[in-house]
Amino acid sequence: MLTKHEKELIAKIWDKMIPVASDIGAECLLRMMTTFPGTKTYFAHLDIRPGSPHLRSHGKKIVLAIAECSKDISSMMVTLAPLQTLHAYKLRIDPCNFKLLCHCILVTLAAHMGDEFNPVAHAAMDKYLSAFAAVLAEKYR
Amino acid sequence: MVDWTDAERSAILGLWGKISVDEIGPQALARVLIVYPWTQRYFSSFGDVSTPAAIMGNPKVAAHGKVVCGALDKAVKNMGNILAIYKSLSETHANKLFVDPDNFRVLADVLTIVIAAKFGAAFTPEIQATWQKFMKVVVAAMGSRYF
Repeated sequence: MLTKHEKELIAKIWDKMIPVASDIGAECLLRMMTTFPGTKTYFAHLDIRPGSPHLRSHGKKIVLAIAECSKDISSMMVTLAPLQTLHAYKLRIDPCNFKLLCHCILVTLAAHMGDEFNPVAHAAMDKYLSAFAAVLAEKYR
Repeated sequence: MVDWTDAERSAILGLWGKISVDEIGPQALARVLIVYPWTQRYFSSFGDVSTPAAIMGNPKVAAHGKVVCGALDKAVKNMGNILAIYKSLSETHANKLFVDPDNFRVLADVLTIVIAAKFGAAFTPEIQATWQKFMKVVVAAMGSRYF
């Protein structure tokens, strides 16, 4: 459950990430694949070396999707419908991996925001990303 | 058995050497109680934990945070023997404190985020991966005496 204040806080944080979406997205993916090597299996078709253009463009897509959704969190089910279909029928990434990426997104945000990523922001963001991941997995079965 | 390369050992020692348990411990425990409010069930004797501000200002939370993170020092100093080091702590948490072992993983994740906030870009993906490997071993050891 997100309060009005938390939704505003989340939208504000992601708005700041949009101009640096490639950097942030690439870092989230790199952190995930370095800490959880099993996740690399989903990227066998891409060059996932640090700094690679594939990592940056793929990371950018993910960050922009999360940022877009944060502008109107109440409409998440509608906004994410195409991505739900993509993940369920085409990508078929095991949803247990979503929480691994969510954790690395939190680590990346903390590393970039320092003290500004305070406990209240952390709690709000964790709730948002958990909800996002749950909605993303809804069409799997 | 857990294998540690020289690079991994020095990464953990290097990181731990820059961490003050008195600073990080209270922050990590406060965050667990704020981000995962149901964990407050274990701390009913701690007084006011009703708001984030109350939790962050609560001296019992701070003191306990230092105790919990202070126990990590033993693991850092005995990386080859973590399972044995935590045997009796694991038994205490299982049989006397009745703590759900999933909470060890939760604390480890939150501690990682606190460290990332403190060190910023210096907490590189490689150092994060090594730190999380270390915490995975600690978490497994703390859960090892639950039957």
